[in-house]
Amino acid sequence: MSVVTSEGPEEFRVGMLWRDTRYRSYTFQIIALIAVMLIGSFLVTNIVSNLRDAGKDFNFSFLWEPASYDINQKLIEYTSRAPHWKAALVGILNTLLVAVLGCVTATVIGVFAGVLRLSKNWLISKIMSAYVEVARNVPVLLQILLVNSVFIGLLPKPKLSDPMLGGALVATNRGFYIPSVTTEAGSWLVFLVFCISVVGVFVLRRYAKRQQEQTGKRLPVGMLSLGILIVPALLAFFAAGMPLGLEYPELKGFNYKGGIHMRISLVALWLALSIYTGAFIAENVRAGIQAISKGQSEAAHALGLRSARTMRLIVLPQALRIIIPPMISNFLNLTKNSSLAIAVGYMDVTGTLGGITLNQTGRAMECVLLLMAFYLVTSLSISAAMNKYNHMVRIRGR
Amino acid sequence: MAQKILPAALVGILGMVAATTTQASTLEDVKARGMLHCAVSTGLAGFSFIDDKGEYRGFDVDYCRAVAAAVLGDPTKVKFTPTTGKTRFTALSSGEVDLLSRNTTWTFSRDVDLKFSFAGVSYYDGQGFMVPKSLGVESALELDGATVCIQTGTTTEANLADYFRANNMSYEPVPVEKNSEARQNYLAEACDVYTTDASGLAASRATFDKPDEHIILPEIISKEPLGPLVNQGDEQWADIARWTLNVLVEAEEKGITQANVEEMAKTATSPEIRRLLGAEGELGSKIGLPNDYVVQVIKATGNYGEIFARNLGEDTKIGLARGLNAQWTDGGLLYAQPYR
Amino acid sequence: MQGDKTNVAFVAQNEKPALPAPVTTTGPMGWVMANLFSSPLNVLLTLIAGFMLVYSLPDLYQWAIAKAVWSASSYDECRSLSPDGACWAVVSERAGQFTYGFYPEHLRWRPNLAFLLLLVAIAPVLYKLPYRSALLAFTAIYPLIAYLLIWGGLFGFEFVPSDKMGGFLLTMIIGCTGISFSLPIGVMLALGRNSNMIFIKTICVGFIEFIRGVPLITLLFVASTLLNYFLPKGWDFDLILRVLIMVTLFASAYMAEVIRGGLAALPRGQYEAADALGLNYFQSMRLIILPQALKISIPGIVNTFIGLFKDTTLVSIIGLFDPLGIIQPILADPNWNGLVVELYVFVAAFFFIFCFAMSRYSMYLEGKLSTGDHR
Repeated sequence: MSVVTSEGPEEFRVGMLWRDTRYRSYTFQIIALIAVMLIGSFLVTNIVSNLRDAGKDFNFSFLWEPASYDINQKLIEYTSRAPHWKAALVGILNTLLVAVLGCVTATVIGVFAGVLRLSKNWLISKIMSAYVEVARNVPVLLQILLVNSVFIGLLPKPKLSDPMLGGALVATNRGFYIPSVTTEAGSWLVFLVFCISVVGVFVLRRYAKRQQEQTGKRLPVGMLSLGILIVPALLAFFAAGMPLGLEYPELKGFNYKGGIHMRISLVALWLALSIYTGAFIAENVRAGIQAISKGQSEAAHALGLRSARTMRLIVLPQALRIIIPPMISNFLNLTKNSSLAIAVGYMDVTGTLGGITLNQTGRAMECVLLLMAFYLVTSLSISAAMNKYNHMVRIRGR
Repeated sequence: MAQKILPAALVGILGMVAATTTQASTLEDVKARGMLHCAVSTGLAGFSFIDDKGEYRGFDVDYCRAVAAAVLGDPTKVKFTPTTGKTRFTALSSGEVDLLSRNTTWTFSRDVDLKFSFAGVSYYDGQGFMVPKSLGVESALELDGATVCIQTGTTTEANLADYFRANNMSYEPVPVEKNSEARQNYLAEACDVYTTDASGLAASRATFDKPDEHIILPEIISKEPLGPLVNQGDEQWADIARWTLNVLVEAEEKGITQANVEEMAKTATSPEIRRLLGAEGELGSKIGLPNDYVVQVIKATGNYGEIFARNLGEDTKIGLARGLNAQWTDGGLLYAQPYR
Repeated sequence: MQGDKTNVAFVAQNEKPALPAPVTTTGPMGWVMANLFSSPLNVLLTLIAGFMLVYSLPDLYQWAIAKAVWSASSYDECRSLSPDGACWAVVSERAGQFTYGFYPEHLRWRPNLAFLLLLVAIAPVLYKLPYRSALLAFTAIYPLIAYLLIWGGLFGFEFVPSDKMGGFLLTMIIGCTGISFSLPIGVMLALGRNSNMIFIKTICVGFIEFIRGVPLITLLFVASTLLNYFLPKGWDFDLILRVLIMVTLFASAYMAEVIRGGLAALPRGQYEAADALGLNYFQSMRLIILPQALKISIPGIVNTFIGLFKDTTLVSIIGLFDPLGIIQPILADPNWNGLVVELYVFVAAFFFIFCFAMSRYSMYLEGKLSTGDHR
């Protein structure tokens, strides 16, 4: 019988760096590290020397100089004398505005289209399929430009426009006008009462649920909450001497004045982004619903639930777990796609910070860096929220 | 192990990249690639547009061709980069193009702050307003509350803000990127007024269906000396840009035209003309160009007057008068520096 | 007894013919009842939808087809021929520019040939054909052939500079390059992200999250104007090449996430089985993991392709003449003043056909591959 003896600690040879799995990963990582550092320092030295050759420096003091341009849609106080950072802020708010509006309408459109696409009604499901296929397969930039052109070309100019709904809606090729709410002294009372009512509704819902669980009796929650919301607020409104009013848009001079002015650029961008993203959401919703086993809805039917109720109480809550993660990445895409605003002259952050400010100050590096940072922060925070949500709703151990 | 190798690698790499880069001059770059990179506008009738054969044509384009003729002896060796008001400066300062010829206003901050060198003024202009006649407006001071179409990234934006602020009027800007978008908005009357340089207004109006139905208001609210520009820091290249423009103007003053330039180069007796055309002295080679570069330039594009007449003049659809852009001898502002 | 029974009872000797089903459950009528008017809500929906279709479709038909003008030399002529129909004449008038951009007319056979060869090159990838390996070899060298045909400059082919390229040719160049390079890069990024080498993983995660976090248009803007700051003086990168690189990197990051999803969906046992067989990392990836992971990710991969193809329109913003960008010179042409919607609709139709075909192919492929599981 021979005895195999181990040879003691193996001597290190250079060849082991890539042949031995123990060292290979280190070798790879070090090569990668060297490559990354080489590329990085190559780029940085180039930037430094190019900026020096052009006689430029890298600093952000331009942000405090007056912007000297006007922005049509501003959600905060802004004049052409305000500094560049404020112009950037106006742009950021405009981006967020169209992103939030777009996400809400895209969700509504998407859920409707997704559910109706599964409808047994042949006509409806075909129409919805056609919508989803067309909207998904045409570039969003093209849709934005198309909607914008159609609005500009088809809607009348202000002088020829015809106020609709008793003056509450005016559609012109410069935008849509709707009434705005005016507040006078005492309006705080109405707001306060309304807020209390909202809290009241929540309390009522909890109470009704407990009632149902304990006694099986169901309270008419819908009617009651509506009453709680409206009646006290209405009373407060009259008690405070009608401090709230509606301001209607009126044609004065060149344009309509008063009311809320939704510019064509905003509406076109909003609508096109909603239609485009809505189609993707519709697909997610459909896939989510179809992923729920048929047994679930059969069981619900066996319990005597009707179709609508089955959908609302049994299928959708389960499908949501599947639907929501891709939906949030659609929201993310919508936010990023809103940077196409520049194609229709909507002054979002790409139009102000990455556009006019960049151009006037010539600080291309700084502006693009800030712009990317803004989008990165937005995306990463939305993804972080999504991960948290996924963690919350995942099915726990079985 | 990684801990030992990391610092060593770092030191090595930093040492390697510390090597300095040598810098070639723009002229050598252009000659080496045999192609001039020139930024023009995305489309403004008369100044820079693409005809149906895909060729660039226009006043600004001809200047690029003149520079190409001077440097490379061939006016077709130009690669045009279409830029918007917004992208033009980045394109130039990043070195993407050698030359920017896109009716750009010479201002202090562009010269000093953005680190550009203007080659001179190729067109004296001013910002104006165009309105449809049906609007019934006769002065810019009646425009309170109007909706104004404006190209972003230009001096017009700041001028407009200042003008309306100074006159205590309000307005609603509709920012657009390109002249074609401005026209789409303006013709649909999505804006009441279109404002840009008066030459640009005339050029746009010339392409309308019914040009007579639009008027350019009498107020010119700014001085807009337009000219080509290059990056600061390469004096030789700036000189070439400057003197190409100068000799175009000078040639008109001296009566040298596309048709007679070769003839004159041989037969002219005036020392001024002989010097200009390289028949006498070594002026051309002093800025690194062939001695007869002026002949090449004039042969390629004609003199300033010919370029103007071909692209913008009264016989074209745009129909601009020379006005401020006449020779000083005719009461205009064109006054070429002496060529000696 | 038997006789009695025959007297009192009746036994049918032959079967009675079945009555036809009620008219409302079969045939066209039944179909209508089941699919259009099955419940009050459905009746309402059908009526609303039907009304909307009846209201809008005839007008659309009148505008787009019946009253449209198919050949004219200017917008005015279109209007005089038919004041309220679409003017498709501009599309036929500018068909050359829409297809090739400003590519020299006498050389246009070259992109045409390149396109035909492209069909030959992708056929073995899409379908199982005879002589597959020979065809695949052709696919592998196809990029070189296409480059030579489109740009030229070698073997007596006249050189065509990039700025002459536009229209659908440009879309195809960007789309096809992006698609063929983003898949391998995406696979590498996905493997890197799943790797346990911490540094490689960090690089991959950083890269993917950065690219996915910023809009493509800012990346294209960097490529078109800022890139020169990052390169030594005198390095002259072709604009189309830069755009190709950016679009490819952009698509790769999305591709990496799709493939990572596929990798995550594989049961752990597959990895363990590969290890147990003594396969090394590359063998196990190539033979066991990736074939399965890629199969799972096919819908996502094709969606990324479609997205990339649609995103090529963004290059018009940085001044390239893709089908959307080529509209600009047409708008600036006095002859075609005031014509916008027709141009957009035409380009939209092109993209729709291409992307729709791709999504149908992906469904076909999904169906074909999933049957393998039921053996």
